[in-house]
Amino acid sequence: MEQPNLSYIQGMSGGDKAFEKKLINIIKLEFPQEKEVYYKNVAAKKHKETAENVHKLKHKISILGLEKSYDVAVAYEENLIEGKTELKKEFEAILQIMTVYLDQL
Amino acid sequence: MNCIIIDDEATARAIISQLCSGVPSLNILEEFPNAIQAIKYLNQNEVDLIFLDIHMPDFTGFDFIDTIKNPPKIILTTSDPKFAIQAFEYNCIVDYLVKPISQERFSKSIKKAESFSQNKVNESEETVADEGDSSTDNHLYINIDRRLIKIDIPSIYLIEAKGDYIQVKTEDKNYTVHSTLKKIEEKLPTDLFLKVHRSYVINIKKIIDIEDNSVLIKRDVIPVSRSNRPELMKRLNLL
Repeated sequence: MEQPNLSYIQGMSGGDKAFEKKLINIIKLEFPQEKEVYYKNVAAKKHKETAENVHKLKHKISILGLEKSYDVAVAYEENLIEGKTELKKEFEAILQIMTVYLDQL
Repeated sequence: MNCIIIDDEATARAIISQLCSGVPSLNILEEFPNAIQAIKYLNQNEVDLIFLDIHMPDFTGFDFIDTIKNPPKIILTTSDPKFAIQAFEYNCIVDYLVKPISQERFSKSIKKAESFSQNKVNESEETVADEGDSSTDNHLYINIDRRLIKIDIPSIYLIEAKGDYIQVKTEDKNYTVHSTLKKIEEKLPTDLFLKVHRSYVINIKKIIDIEDNSVLIKRDVIPVSRSNRPELMKRLNLL
């Protein structure tokens, strides 16, 4: 499975290390909150709300350079909008990989 | 150009702000996590360019554009390419950036914004103003708990003044708003609404019956003041 990386953040920061650190801290703060809301809505079977959570999370997936995972998130979001939960397992595996990666930063 | 950023995601705001910091002609005035706060800011401040997220809870980027009367230049920022076609319906929209936004694509977008002709903005202002005027025939936005709620004007049957507030009664729901009868009267079509008393404006199409000095609307008996009665009688289709 593909692994997260900081290529995008380093590319857009223009070498500004302070900004890179600041952005990572924002992601580390915001990601667990978004993840928590996602799991709550999944448990409550609120598909529309869950789709909105996935929508927001997919930006962070792309920021961490997870291109294939981003496609999974897009498809999962569409499934949820249609009331289906296919790709749930795959999406949650992506969240787990991101969690481990962010914890190491 | 003086700019503001509207995005419910802090990460996105930080990225756009950083990208802006690399462009000397851009000056970020404020950042907002939702469109409602930005609307209040725009009522009191001049802004040249808005970076606007489309997908926000409760009040989307398009709702925001529809609400403001003279929108400045807008660059949409979104994770959803599917809204691009809708974006072309608005003359004020300069560009459409899909997240994650690259430095290169951002620079292109700013060049577009800088060369975006004033005529085009003016066109946009007129179009939106026209839409605004026509939309007031049908709906009205009221501010409740920092949310702008859309109300279908013909569904309003009664507005009652209550101190610093007014109560707007509609077919479905009642709303208490911090405003005055005078202010709401200015927003309502005069052929439909009439002030019958210093504390009441009624929708004349919803009258059930009239007695000497009162009207019955739904289950509300509303007093009609002596001075307003002739105008009310004039507006009725009397036999």
